[in-house]
Amino acid sequence: MNVKYKIKDLNLHYGEFHALKDINLDLPEKQITAFIGPSGCGKSTLLKTLNRMNDLVEGCRIDGTVLLDSEDIFDRMDVNVLRRRVGMVFQKPNPFPMSIYDNIAFGPRTHGVHSKSKLDEIVEKSLQDAAIWDEVKDRLGKSALGMSGGQQQRLCIARALAIQPEVLLMDEPTSALDPISTMKVEDLVQELKQNYTIVMVTHNMQQATRVSDKTAFFLLGEVVEYNQTSELFSMPQDQRTENYITGRFG
Amino acid sequence: MVLPQQGARLGRKDHTPKPTQGFQSWLLRLLVHGAALFTFSILLFLIGYILVRGIPYLTPDLFSLEYTSENCSMLPSIITTVEMTLISLLIAIPISVFTAIYLVEYAKKGNKLVDLMRLTTETLSGIPSIVYGLFGMLFFVTQLGWKLSLLSGSLTLAIMILPLIMRSTEEALLAVPDMYREASFGLGAGKLRTVFRIVLPSAMPGILAGIILAVGRIVGETAALIYTAGTATEIPNGLLSSGRTLAVHMYCLSSEGLHTDQAYATAVVLLLIVLVMNTASALIARKLTKN
Amino acid sequence: MSWLFALCACMSIVAVALICVFLFANGIPAMKEIGVFDFLLGTKWAPKNHPASYGILPMIVGSLCVTLGSVIIGVPVGVLTAVYLSRFCPKKLHRLLEPLVQLMAGIPSIIYGFFGLVVMVPLARMIPGCTGVSVMTAAVLLGIMILPTVINLSESAINAVPNSYYEGALALGATHERSVFFAVLPAAKSGILAAVVLGIGRAIGETMAVIMVAGNQPILPRSIFKGIRTMTANIVIEMGYATGLHREALIATGVVLFIFILIINLTFAVIKKRGEKR
Repeated sequence: MNVKYKIKDLNLHYGEFHALKDINLDLPEKQITAFIGPSGCGKSTLLKTLNRMNDLVEGCRIDGTVLLDSEDIFDRMDVNVLRRRVGMVFQKPNPFPMSIYDNIAFGPRTHGVHSKSKLDEIVEKSLQDAAIWDEVKDRLGKSALGMSGGQQQRLCIARALAIQPEVLLMDEPTSALDPISTMKVEDLVQELKQNYTIVMVTHNMQQATRVSDKTAFFLLGEVVEYNQTSELFSMPQDQRTENYITGRFG
Repeated sequence: MVLPQQGARLGRKDHTPKPTQGFQSWLLRLLVHGAALFTFSILLFLIGYILVRGIPYLTPDLFSLEYTSENCSMLPSIITTVEMTLISLLIAIPISVFTAIYLVEYAKKGNKLVDLMRLTTETLSGIPSIVYGLFGMLFFVTQLGWKLSLLSGSLTLAIMILPLIMRSTEEALLAVPDMYREASFGLGAGKLRTVFRIVLPSAMPGILAGIILAVGRIVGETAALIYTAGTATEIPNGLLSSGRTLAVHMYCLSSEGLHTDQAYATAVVLLLIVLVMNTASALIARKLTKN
Repeated sequence: MSWLFALCACMSIVAVALICVFLFANGIPAMKEIGVFDFLLGTKWAPKNHPASYGILPMIVGSLCVTLGSVIIGVPVGVLTAVYLSRFCPKKLHRLLEPLVQLMAGIPSIIYGFFGLVVMVPLARMIPGCTGVSVMTAAVLLGIMILPTVINLSESAINAVPNSYYEGALALGATHERSVFFAVLPAAKSGILAAVVLGIGRAIGETMAVIMVAGNQPILPRSIFKGIRTMTANIVIEMGYATGLHREALIATGVVLFIFILIINLTFAVIKKRGEKR
């Protein structure tokens, strides 16, 4: 199993607040890794570190290294190139207020694809891969804001796929969706893992067990336990993990 | 669902950044900074230019009580400006504050009349001052027979600043938390008492900021006054006598072309008044946001 | 007591009604007497001739020309400055610049006009073939004067765009600039459009500043380097000595201007309402 992301001695401060403490994790390629833990435990913070969205936050300080294919993402790597290689899907679907087509084409255009036929191809491909092509193929020119929440989220996944990333980061991608849409997204994620390394933050432990291969449990900015999902949930090594998954806190 | 081998089909590209994005971003950044630089340097240049050219001409002569065509004194017009401002405010403040109270505290949503009030208020705020001037001339000066006078001018200005004070009052009232009102009602105070004792005092800074802006507008107004208050150079000796405000005075000076120096000096005084007004309003507004 | 508040609130309705009634009652008869077509489309304005002619087309075209020119200059600069204030400007600098924009809005038009007269007109005269007082000078000056309107409204429109658009674009590997211009700005477009419309309203209604730099010849413009007269200027310049039909024709000019303004206000209201709905 290849390691896609190697996180070594990562510490992150928001001003005085120590948000991530000595994180060491290896995320495997073409697998789904879930981050679980109570809110405020640092799981989303770590996810945002992986494509450096934390750069936006004022007073954020990061020590340690994160290697993507053994390249340090904080050193010499262009942040925009990093974000092209690492797609992100947000908690709330955030399609741009433009047509469905333009939403998907935004990324490729950003990275220099302008030929119409090439864009057409990418748009169709991405929408197919996100399993939403059949629902939207007749209204590609319509505004993306007219879609249902579940469709919007799959559109956002398609938009992320359109720049051919290697990794997909998903920040609680189903927390704003109804159960049926949630199921569709989960199915999609399962399919996508054949081609992409996926890291998913989730609030929902059942989701982690359903979807992921490996799970990391976070508490107060630390990784308490990191293991195969089946093992972590069936025989947790740490008392705190057991407390959490049996619902005793969080 | 069939999942084709996307990675294989489209092929992984190299990871160097596309120069297009780099160049485009550089260009956009240049444009944005250039525009901001242009805007603010024009403003600072304008203020600086007027101050530097005008201050040397600020002679005691310009502030003598009597205007003659030699001294071009601006003191009479300063006094006229003050009188005009006071009268306009005296008329406009109660009307606009009461209107805002009605709209915020009393009006029911969806009332057709209320919609009409809002529509007309917005219309008023979009009407250019020359149209106000025309109206004032037709209505106050001619129809009511008040001639070119302090009163005609003040009333015209009062209508003009209505929407200004009204809007800032409305915003200030809306910003007063409902719990103040509830607390007051809970103590058995009536609606009217609540409005005057609780809501209005807490909204006072916002209202004041609006009034100061309105003063700035009055002081700087020209087009609405030329044909309502006239251009007489003396201090008006009554509500129905004509007088020129400082801005009108400046227009007369600069359009005659004989008194450029005095026009510069007048511009300095006008600009300083506006600067002070704006600073005061900004300070009050800032204090407001801090609380 | 509430009836008193309601009564005051009705004052704005009364004011608008009075303005409409008095302008139309005094302006429409003149239009009829001159003939609506001769008035609106006549190219000759010569009230002192025998027989006098009252065509205000030159002034309508004049107003439209300088307004268009001011939009060409003021809108790009204003919108870009708003982008700067909203997304590029350090917080500390913003605290300083924001009051400056308000100050810019507060400077009286007579001062802008004077500045145009003593600084811009001599500058414009250096351009070969330019008379100094010209369409171009007026357009540039008006472009500067509408900046605060455009900046204020555009900035609030840009600030109102949810941050998720910006973050979404960044996450796709777009640079800060590209994210702002291609994800945030399109989302703010109805607000920016409203800003432009309000700016147009300001420009077309501006009077004192234009008088001082536009030259005021009541003829159709031949070049942007030649003088021109706007509707607003027409009223102020001649009202002082006009009598009879001449005076009424000036009021009718005001009516035409007023109708332009009403249309612009209506457009603004519609755009704003549509923007709120979304």
